[in-house]
Amino acid sequence: MSVTPLAAALAIAAAWLAIAAIGVCAPHALRFVAKVLYPLGALAGLALAATALVAISQPPDETVLPLGLPDLPFHFRIDALSAFFLLILGSVTAGVSVFAAGYLRPGEGTLPGVQCLWYHLFLASMALVLLANDAYAFMVTWETMAVSSFFLVTSDHRIAEIRRAGYLYLLIAHVGAIAILMCFGVLHGFGDYTFASIRQVELTPFWATVAFLLALFGFGAKAGIVPLHVWLPEAHPAAPSPVSALMSAVMLKTAIYGMLRVTFDLLHTQIWWWGVLALAIGLLTALFGVVFSAVQSDMKRLLAWSSIENIGFIVVGFGLGVTFAAYKMYGLAALALTAMLYHCLNHAYFKSLLFLATGAVLHATKERGLGKLGGLIHRMPWVAWLALVGALAIAGMPPLNGFVSEWLLLQAFLFTPNLPDSYLNMLVPVAAAAIALAAALSAYVMVKFYGVVFLGQPREEKLAQAHDAGILERIGLVWLAAGCVAFGVLPVQVITLLDFVTGPMLGTNLSKATGATHWLFLAPISAERASYSPALVLVGLAVLTGLAWLAVRRFYHGRVRRAPPWDCGYPLLNARMQDTAEGFGQPVRQVFEPFFRMTRELPSAFDAAPRYRVTVEDHLWYWCYLPVARLVDRLTGFVTLLQRGRISVYLLYSFGTLLVLLFLVR
Amino acid sequence: MLSEFSWAGASAQLTEILLAVLLAPLLLGWVNQCRAWLQNKSGPGVLRPYLMLRKLMAKDAVVAHGASPLFRTAPYIVFGCMVLAVAIVPTLGTDLPYAPAADAIALVGILALARVFISLAAMDIGTAFGTLGARREMMIGFLAEPALLIVLFTASLISQSTSLATTVETLSHRELAIYPSLAFAGVAFTMVSLAENARIPVDNPATHLELTMIHEAMVLEYSGRHLALIEWAASLKLFVYSCVGIALFFPFGIAQGGDAAGLLLALPTLAFKLAIGGFLLAVIETLSAKMRIFRAPEFLGTAFMLAVLALLLHALLET
Amino acid sequence: MSQFLTPALTGQIINLLAAVLLLLSFAMLAQRRILSLIDLFAAQGFVLTLSTAFVAWATGQTHLWWSAGLTFALKVLLLPWILHRLIRRLNVKWDVETLINIPTTMLFGLLLVILAFNLAQPVSALAGTITKGTLGIALAIVLLSFLMMITRSKAVPQVIGFLAMENSLFFAATAATYGMPMVVELGIALDVLVGVIILGVFFFQIRERFDSLDIRHLEKLKEE
Repeated sequence: MSVTPLAAALAIAAAWLAIAAIGVCAPHALRFVAKVLYPLGALAGLALAATALVAISQPPDETVLPLGLPDLPFHFRIDALSAFFLLILGSVTAGVSVFAAGYLRPGEGTLPGVQCLWYHLFLASMALVLLANDAYAFMVTWETMAVSSFFLVTSDHRIAEIRRAGYLYLLIAHVGAIAILMCFGVLHGFGDYTFASIRQVELTPFWATVAFLLALFGFGAKAGIVPLHVWLPEAHPAAPSPVSALMSAVMLKTAIYGMLRVTFDLLHTQIWWWGVLALAIGLLTALFGVVFSAVQSDMKRLLAWSSIENIGFIVVGFGLGVTFAAYKMYGLAALALTAMLYHCLNHAYFKSLLFLATGAVLHATKERGLGKLGGLIHRMPWVAWLALVGALAIAGMPPLNGFVSEWLLLQAFLFTPNLPDSYLNMLVPVAAAAIALAAALSAYVMVKFYGVVFLGQPREEKLAQAHDAGILERIGLVWLAAGCVAFGVLPVQVITLLDFVTGPMLGTNLSKATGATHWLFLAPISAERASYSPALVLVGLAVLTGLAWLAVRRFYHGRVRRAPPWDCGYPLLNARMQDTAEGFGQPVRQVFEPFFRMTRELPSAFDAAPRYRVTVEDHLWYWCYLPVARLVDRLTGFVTLLQRGRISVYLLYSFGTLLVLLFLVR
Repeated sequence: MLSEFSWAGASAQLTEILLAVLLAPLLLGWVNQCRAWLQNKSGPGVLRPYLMLRKLMAKDAVVAHGASPLFRTAPYIVFGCMVLAVAIVPTLGTDLPYAPAADAIALVGILALARVFISLAAMDIGTAFGTLGARREMMIGFLAEPALLIVLFTASLISQSTSLATTVETLSHRELAIYPSLAFAGVAFTMVSLAENARIPVDNPATHLELTMIHEAMVLEYSGRHLALIEWAASLKLFVYSCVGIALFFPFGIAQGGDAAGLLLALPTLAFKLAIGGFLLAVIETLSAKMRIFRAPEFLGTAFMLAVLALLLHALLET
Repeated sequence: MSQFLTPALTGQIINLLAAVLLLLSFAMLAQRRILSLIDLFAAQGFVLTLSTAFVAWATGQTHLWWSAGLTFALKVLLLPWILHRLIRRLNVKWDVETLINIPTTMLFGLLLVILAFNLAQPVSALAGTITKGTLGIALAIVLLSFLMMITRSKAVPQVIGFLAMENSLFFAATAATYGMPMVVELGIALDVLVGVIILGVFFFQIRERFDSLDIRHLEKLKEE
């Protein structure tokens, strides 16, 4: 039986559509939807991941489906780049859908069957975006993705704040979509709209730059780069946790896929300052994201801002790759792009793990604010220990997966002094310093998140009734945590996969350019230059820790006494005296003050009821978005001048148009 | 280097690790003794840390009621991380079979892992002191870690490698050469190691006043063998930082290749260099006053700027 | 010229002294206390003397020995003494107040250094001396001293910035062309000395009028 990978992928997308249709036929049947349909969706995801693994090493495959309009069929294509992102989509969906099967509860606004419809429609449209081979199919599936995710974000549509978040999300998604449409318009150069013919078009550098900037703007709006990021911290927390996980993990990556597709596949040559621009935007995004996530007091907003930071890292890798490619240093470009793609995979796993963990916490405690959580490691051990894996992975701790992509990116930066331009080879290493700062801050953020939610003492009485996650939820979490550990400990195997992706894009891939591969040691350039073996580090750490434990037990003893914690003589210690989330963020607020727009309400010595309030907001909302909104208001105000209310005026408009047309066809 | 695994090299490395683990408290004792002498006191004796470790190990561990398993396993993990760090740094020789497993960036990562675990353990008890210490330690961390990375970058750019063993070999083989970028990097490295090892002017290792401590606040709840392991890990961290500084900036005397004669000669050289380094540390501590906690970002920001300047100077003067 | 002093070693020692000069000017930029600022300026003068003397020894240009001596007498002994006396008589031992905070100043300084290094590279390719690599550093110190003059709000640190700028111009001259003709050097030294004396007189006048040496008070002198 020889089913081509493309046919298999399309069949899986169709399967998701079928599940969506079945779900909407039985909207109230919670148990059926949760226990049958979602696990089926998870199995389909697993099948998609397997298909993608097979497809990634095979040559590209194309097909034309007679869907769409009569003269405009859909073209689909699977190549290594699509296959890699399909791998991310499929494997993460497997974990998230299994979790969602255990997560669905009644009474959350949307009916379960309807939610199943939007969820699986979302998955199918993402898969089809990755497979699309012409601009028309791409835009249709992109819009479907945006609309279905809008309905998912506003699942709990009875709350006004969630409706507002959904509206903002849809607005910026469409602004981005317009930019992408214009980009395709520029690219196709009056030829056909299929990607195959777009690849044949030769654009002047000016038009190529216009196309690149439009793509950066459009896909960046979906990915959440600064300054187009304002929807992310609103929409991700508003959505239910499995949806947030999918959006953060996979939807942002489809935008990155779009950027890669346009820059390296559809455009033939790259110009160096595109890369520097992307690098600068990525740096700003990374720093902005992590600094803001350090001052949040809502779990999911913290994770959303952290997603912005990671997208910043990915865009930095992208910029570095474009710069190297523009200077024809293809081996180094392969290194930078490998780091970037590895981080896409890593982020998908650890961010979805953490979002699902927050979902479990939300269901157990009904609290989202960090000020009302704490001490959950005792009541929810499964969620807590698996979330620890995710938190350490985001913080970039060896030997987990976050460290590997950070290591690869820093190695790529170490080569930038070889760039021909003298300003670049001095400025770009300084960018490495900024990346190091963002990485160190993400460790800070994760200590805050994990410490305040899971460690310490419970800040509320009702947390004593929190229950651990169910069996399905545990399976989803374990799957994702296992992915984090596996990609951390076996980087060479992942890079072998990534070589298939970077090869067609650049003409060379990492292993070919360096000729150094060894199954145990990650030595991307050469063994003397840089070498890292996470497996050995993990083994070494485990051995040393175990030896220390054994030695202490053997030569001394293991007696433990329990006592109350040190209270410095103050007898009335309670759980409220721990650090709050705001308190933990105070050093960042102080050191990075220019980034924030802070309004403070301070008590004075004469207040009868003293209050203290600090609000931390985003400057860009006030500098970019509100002025644009006011401008749009004013412009539309002019348009309302047309509405006079008198019939004779409207007849005058028709008459005038008729006159003009008669004049034109004269 | 990957294919040059030899039993001689492995046994040499194991000996080095064992020596480092056993002698690290001696370095700490020497620094404390020098500080006492400089302050005209008679001092506690160089072997005092060993006596303290023995006393602590023999005591029961007193653990707070609300402590989770993370609290009890963190000291072992932190100790394991520090011993792992010692395994990567060339102390006596550069023939380290374990060196390809982790390079300079991974060293920074392992030290960060230890810091994250101890901060999480501090937050585990849920009192104001622990969370205060965790917050301050992570603040010092996010400022010091980038500076350390850039210092290691500068050394890597000079030696064209991030592996510490290769860096030491390259730097010690150059003819007497003066690198201004390494001078700047050295100053930055000194400032960063003062911050990371909880020394004056950033933190006072002898204080037990809540408002002035960072490191001590995090380990306030530990006692018995847990505290002993953490104190041992802290002295190992000082040892690691000193050895990294010696390896990058004064690499003469480190044995190249794994011959026993070279290693035997390297041992007194290392002891001599560490003795001088410890004395200088005591001088710095005696001459400075502890800074306010919010001057620490400025201090570390200066170190960061110096490290970036070192990078720029390397690009200007040495390429 | 001694045999063990290979050209490479000479170049490296000069690079090292140049780097120390850059370090000192950054330290002046980050300094908070005025007495330490004057000490740093004296240290800068001392390193300048050392580097001039070393270049004189390495290249055998005798007029550089006189330059080194003049620099030592003027910048390490005389000018710091004048400044110390000025401060004692004006009774102004304050902290340096900056218009923008110190971390931001350092960040600007870093950007200026990158700019200076890049601007100086084509010029230093044309110079024919052993010290041509340090032209970038000299330009960087000029820009940093300028930055120090701009971002200080009290008068004495501004003067020190001006003097540091002169230091770096002197260093640039040594780096590019092995010093200037003696006449030019004596003229510049006299200018600097007279300038400091006149500025000292000005400080007394400013303090008489505004009862403070904060230059922001001078803004009141504009027409309204």
